[in-house]
Amino acid sequence: MGELNNDILLENLTSKFGELVKPVVEDYGMLTVETNRDTIIDLLRYIKTDAALQFIYLTDITAIQYPEQENPIGVIYHVHSLVHNVRIRAKVFLPAGDERIPSATELWNGANWMERETYDFFGVNFEGHPNLVRILNVDDMTVFPMRKEYPLEDPNRVDKKDFYFGR
Amino acid sequence: MQNFPSLNTNSNTDTNLQSELSTLNLGPTHPATHGVFQNVLQMDGERIVSGVSTIGYIHRAFEKIAEHRPFYQITPLTDRLNYCSAPINNMGWHMTVEKLLKIQTPKRVDYLRVIIMELARIADHIICNGVLGVDTGAFTGFLYMMEYREAIYEIYEEVCGSRLTTNVGRLGGFERNFNDIAFAKIKKFLVDFPKVLNEFEALFNRNRIFIDRTKGVAPVTAETALDYSWSGPILRATGVDYDVRAMNPYCSYEDFDFEVPVGTTGDVYDRFLVRNEEMKQSMRMIQQALDKIEKEDSAIFHADVPEIYLPPKEEVYNNMEALIYHFKIVMGEIDAPVGEVYHAVEGTNGELGFYLVNDGGRSPYRLHFRRPSFINYSMYADMSRGMLLSDAIINMSSLNVIAGELDA
Repeated sequence: MGELNNDILLENLTSKFGELVKPVVEDYGMLTVETNRDTIIDLLRYIKTDAALQFIYLTDITAIQYPEQENPIGVIYHVHSLVHNVRIRAKVFLPAGDERIPSATELWNGANWMERETYDFFGVNFEGHPNLVRILNVDDMTVFPMRKEYPLEDPNRVDKKDFYFGR
Repeated sequence: MQNFPSLNTNSNTDTNLQSELSTLNLGPTHPATHGVFQNVLQMDGERIVSGVSTIGYIHRAFEKIAEHRPFYQITPLTDRLNYCSAPINNMGWHMTVEKLLKIQTPKRVDYLRVIIMELARIADHIICNGVLGVDTGAFTGFLYMMEYREAIYEIYEEVCGSRLTTNVGRLGGFERNFNDIAFAKIKKFLVDFPKVLNEFEALFNRNRIFIDRTKGVAPVTAETALDYSWSGPILRATGVDYDVRAMNPYCSYEDFDFEVPVGTTGDVYDRFLVRNEEMKQSMRMIQQALDKIEKEDSAIFHADVPEIYLPPKEEVYNNMEALIYHFKIVMGEIDAPVGEVYHAVEGTNGELGFYLVNDGGRSPYRLHFRRPSFINYSMYADMSRGMLLSDAIINMSSLNVIAGELDA
C-alpha cells in the first residue's frame, strides 16, 4: 500500500471526477475540495471504498452560511483516512430556498445525527435520511437558528457595531 | 457490520406470557442516567424492544454565542462542554486559535499543558469507571477514587484558581506560572494515586459479580464502531488503535513515550479496562512531562506574542505599548488571518474537534464543535434493542456521555 498525501489524493480525485471536484485551498495542511450535490455521495463513496484511499472514518458533517453568496448554504464534510492518516474536507454549496442534498447515511450510520444537527440549525434537507427531525432544538421551532438572519442579540443595539471600531 | 435486533423482534418465546408493550421514559431526570438524558423505551417486560433518544435538554447554543464573542471569551464556553475534563476543552480551543494564528508555543508550555490535560483525563476516567462500579452495585470504589479527583481539582486550583469550569490558560500559554505548591501536589498525586488505582483494579477486574454484569454486555465490533464514527476509549475497546495524540500529535505529544491501550470485544468490561489502562498511561506522561520541564527555562509559561497575550498588569500602567496591547486584546482586536482550520484533540470521550472559520473579524465567522459524546451517543438507541434494562443502564454509564458535551 503506497503512501498517500494531499497531492496524490487531489490527482486521484481529479482523474476520477474531472471538473466536478475542484480544489478550493489547502489550508493548514488539510485538502479542501468543492463539489456539487449530485456528485457528493459518489465522491464520498469513492474515497471510502477505494483501496488506495480508504477514507473510512466520517469525522464530521456541518454547515455554514454566507448570505451574500449566490449559493449561501454550504455543507461541509470532514473525512479521515485512518489507514493513511490523511484528512479531507469536502464542501457543497446549495442555493437559497432549495437546500437539498443526498444523505450520507447510506455510507455511514454515524451521519445520521450529524445530518439531523445540520438540518436543525441550518435547514439543510438531507434527502434519503431515515429520520430527519430536529435534534437539539424544540420540535415546534419554525426557524433554523444558526442562519445569519437570526441575530443573537437585539439587532438595534449599536454599542458592538464594527463601525465604531473602525471597520 | 453488526445487525442490531430489529424493531419487531419479540424475544419472549413463550406466547402465553406475551403481553402488550409498555412505554418507559428513562430520564430526563432519572438518577441512573447521570445527566439529562431521555430515552423513550418500548419495553417487553425487562427487555427493551425499541428506544428513541431525546436530547437537547441543556442545549445552550454555544456555536451561535461563539459567533459574537472574541476568541478569548469562547474559552469559558468550552468549559461547559465536557465539564468533567474542562481543561482539555480549554487547551483544545487555545491550540485551535494558535493554529489559525500560526503561533508556536514553547516546549515548556506544551509540557505544562500535557500535565493539565492528562490530569483532566484521569479525573474524567475516575468518574466514569467509579460510576460504572456504582451502577453495578459497588459503591466503595467510587468513593475511594473520588478523593483523588479532589486532589486533581486542588491542582487545578493552584494553577488557575477554579475547580470545575476551569477556564485555564490563555491563547499562547498560561495566565501564570505553576507555583511550587502545584508541582508538589502533582508529584504527591503521582505517588499516591497508582496505589489507589491498583486497589481499585483489584476490587473490580477479577470480581465475579462485576464481570458477570459487564462482560459480554453491549459488545460492539470495530467495523460498527467506525461506521458510527465512534472515537475515544469506547472505540479503542473494540480494537481500533485510533488516538489523536498518537495519530496527529499536538502539543508536543510526539515527545512522549506512551501506549495506546486497546480492547478486543468492545463490551462494557473492555471499556472499563481500557480506561483504567489509560489512566496509567496518563500518569506515565505526566511523569515524563515533569522530567522534561526540568530541562526547560522555568520562567517560561507563555509564548512571546505580545499582540495576543495580555501584558503583566504593572506594565500596562507604565508602558504605553503594553497599554495599547492590553486594550486591543481585551476588546478582541487581534489580527487573525482569514482562513479555516480544523483542530482535533483527544478528549476523554474521543476526538474533540474545533472547526473554526474566520473572516478576519473579532469573533469566529463559524465555529463548530465536533463533540465526541454527541456522536458516540447516536448508536445508543440502536444498540439498546433487545437488551435488558439493567444492561442498558451500565451501557450508558460506560459510554461516559456527558450532557454538556452532548447538547453543546
